Amino acid sequence: MDVLLLSRIQFALTVAFHYLYPPLSIGLGIIMVIMEGMYLKTKNPLYHSMTRFWVKVFGLTFAIGVATGIVMEFEFGTNWATYSRYVGDIFGSALAAEGIFAFFLESGFLAVLLFGWDKVKPWVHFVSAIMVCLGAHFSSIWIVVAGSWMQTPAGYHIVGQGMEARAEITDFWAMVFNPSSMDRLMHVVLGCWQAGATLVLSISAYYLLRNRHREFAQASMKIALTVALFASVCQLISGHHSAELVAEHQPPKMAAMEAHYPESAPADLYLFGWVDEKNQRVNFGIRIPRMVSVLLYGDPDAPVTGLNAFPKEDRPPVNVVFQFYHIMVAIGFTLIALNVTGMFMLLRGKLFECRPLLWAFVFSVLGPQIANQAGWFTAEVGRQPWIVYGLLRTSEALSKTVTANMVLTSLIMFTVIYLLLFVLFIFLLDRKIKHGPEDVEHLADRQRA
Amino acid sequence: MDFTFLDLNLIWFVLIGVLFSGYAMLDGFDLGVGALHLLMKTDHERRVSINSIGPVWDGNEVWLVTGGGALFAAFPDVYATLASGFYFAVMLLLMSLIFRAISIEFRSKHHSPAWRQFWDVSFSVSSIVATLVLGIALGNLVMGIPLGPDKEYAGTFLGLFNPYALLVGVTTVALFMMHGAIYLCLKTEGEIHEKVRGWINNCIIFFIICYATTTMATLVYIPEMAEKFRLSPVLFLIPLVNMLAIANIPREIYHGRDLLALLSSCVAMTALIALFGVGIFPHIVLSNPLPEYSLTVYNASGSQKSLNYMLNIAVIGIPFVLSYTVAIYWIFRGKVELTADSY
Repeated sequence: MDVLLLSRIQFALTVAFHYLYPPLSIGLGIIMVIMEGMYLKTKNPLYHSMTRFWVKVFGLTFAIGVATGIVMEFEFGTNWATYSRYVGDIFGSALAAEGIFAFFLESGFLAVLLFGWDKVKPWVHFVSAIMVCLGAHFSSIWIVVAGSWMQTPAGYHIVGQGMEARAEITDFWAMVFNPSSMDRLMHVVLGCWQAGATLVLSISAYYLLRNRHREFAQASMKIALTVALFASVCQLISGHHSAELVAEHQPPKMAAMEAHYPESAPADLYLFGWVDEKNQRVNFGIRIPRMVSVLLYGDPDAPVTGLNAFPKEDRPPVNVVFQFYHIMVAIGFTLIALNVTGMFMLLRGKLFECRPLLWAFVFSVLGPQIANQAGWFTAEVGRQPWIVYGLLRTSEALSKTVTANMVLTSLIMFTVIYLLLFVLFIFLLDRKIKHGPEDVEHLADRQRA
Repeated sequence: MDFTFLDLNLIWFVLIGVLFSGYAMLDGFDLGVGALHLLMKTDHERRVSINSIGPVWDGNEVWLVTGGGALFAAFPDVYATLASGFYFAVMLLLMSLIFRAISIEFRSKHHSPAWRQFWDVSFSVSSIVATLVLGIALGNLVMGIPLGPDKEYAGTFLGLFNPYALLVGVTTVALFMMHGAIYLCLKTEGEIHEKVRGWINNCIIFFIICYATTTMATLVYIPEMAEKFRLSPVLFLIPLVNMLAIANIPREIYHGRDLLALLSSCVAMTALIALFGVGIFPHIVLSNPLPEYSLTVYNASGSQKSLNYMLNIAVIGIPFVLSYTVAIYWIFRGKVELTADSY
């Protein structure tokens, strides 16, 4: 295999693995803050026990998020040195801002959250929870800004020619608010909230099915279900906006997402299908005629720019993008249906007895994780063959001093270590779940002591 | 705010030095605690050792992350050349940081002695390897590394392990071990405290031997590092402060003032980084043997506009960072106590 492919695989592996964890931290962050807030307000030790339990789960996901995140920080330079020289002026400043504004906040206050229960007053502990949650969200802002700039560059100019060419910043705020950053941020954060909320739903539903910690599980489920329902419905609106932006700024990606080939014609929507890239058609699909035109422009006759409008070397791989995109959308709708049903049953007071639905919630934790990954793959593979859209090709962005064998070696090391990490994470999470939350009585005693 | 009337390149060179000094002072002691970890024998002692850094190691590592980000933004060519040129070294550093993080996190989650022993060894080895890699990288920067006209590293992986760089690597390990021992002394009480106190003198002696050897080697083999001190003798204050700070450590330990000993050690580290910075300026990555290809503070930087934006970010952000760092260390001041929330 060549160094380009290996480097892409390594980056995809490390970033995809890393991205299992930050969404959990961001989503759990919100839920922890709600729980601890309710504890302070009601003084009900049940909420105390809930906060403590979910803070511990948070601590575990956070640790792996940090360990795998530090890799990303340096991998731009190790494998994509030419890219780093090209974008450092812009991309680097977003990364540095992430460190200064987000990571210090998050890691500093996490100490209080995890170890400070007996060292600070309850309200200081609550403020720390808010700070950790804010820090997690700030870090998503800066990294999404940096990533969005690669999709829709703005606020820069190109200096130098040929190998010396590089992007230099001209307007910081235009870079931060580039055309896709705020929309993508919304989409990412809502995905993260769903990831955190379904983890809580899943573990709580499991307790109910096993008839353990009933009070704890029911109260946790109520909070998590509210967050999940809100996020999944908003995600629909956010996703729609994102698609409109893609159509406006990255038409080849839009065309690949829907496998739309004609240069300019109304576009059909496929619920699913398999793209035959050679013959430019979709097999085994269910088609809604002209639906893409309706969704994008509110007009069944509106033409959508198709892949044939672009030279072959500027098109992303079509079937991959199509499949990832459709997986994401399908999961999104499934989660809405599940959350709406769950809320309906909750309001009728039947959720906690409905075993099939509880089982569905146990597995719902996989939904946002898969959809988040699929969404990123749609965005990043859809940007190909560019690493910075329209400016720098992925194939021209590599490190010149790094050979295929070097990348192969590090790729094998990462694969082994990440597998180990994943197994350990599941093992420890499982133990934590089996151990369960601390007894409410026990906590009340400790408080009195 | 517009700071473009200042020499922004110089400011960023100094600020990155400040970030890495912050990293050395803070993560330095927890890497040192890791290096000494296996000298703790019982489970209780090892838990005390890990919990002494428990609430802070993570925040300490952020200094490296932010330093890396700042280097990427302020000197993209330096970041790109070093990260890709030192490919395996960076990978080794990343792997050790991963293992270190999960060793701390996982060790106490399970009671089996074999499980704990595994993570204890992993914690200690990864701490030593991470420190060694950082030191070796620093040693190579002092000597200079072969660069081509395209700003790319033209040497080999094994070329990084030359005797001088190894010497600097070992010195860094010695420095962090001394720093870690002082920190442990500050954070422990009773028997463990006495035990750690017994290590400190050995650590100091080990460091001073390494330090003296490195200084001699530098003056003999890389006399250019001393040139600026010859040209402006006022700079000689830096090595003077460095010496006094090092000499002050055993004195403070003798009087039982562990916090002052730790601060002395911090001053010594900062002075060492300042010595390095003054010595290599205006180069960041010196090209050896062809100095005309060196990456300097001026030819490897981002645009003036970017440096200015970043300085604004730093001016806004750094007061926040310092205030929470101080607050966290204040909350977790005093001796380690093992509770239900501990590792």
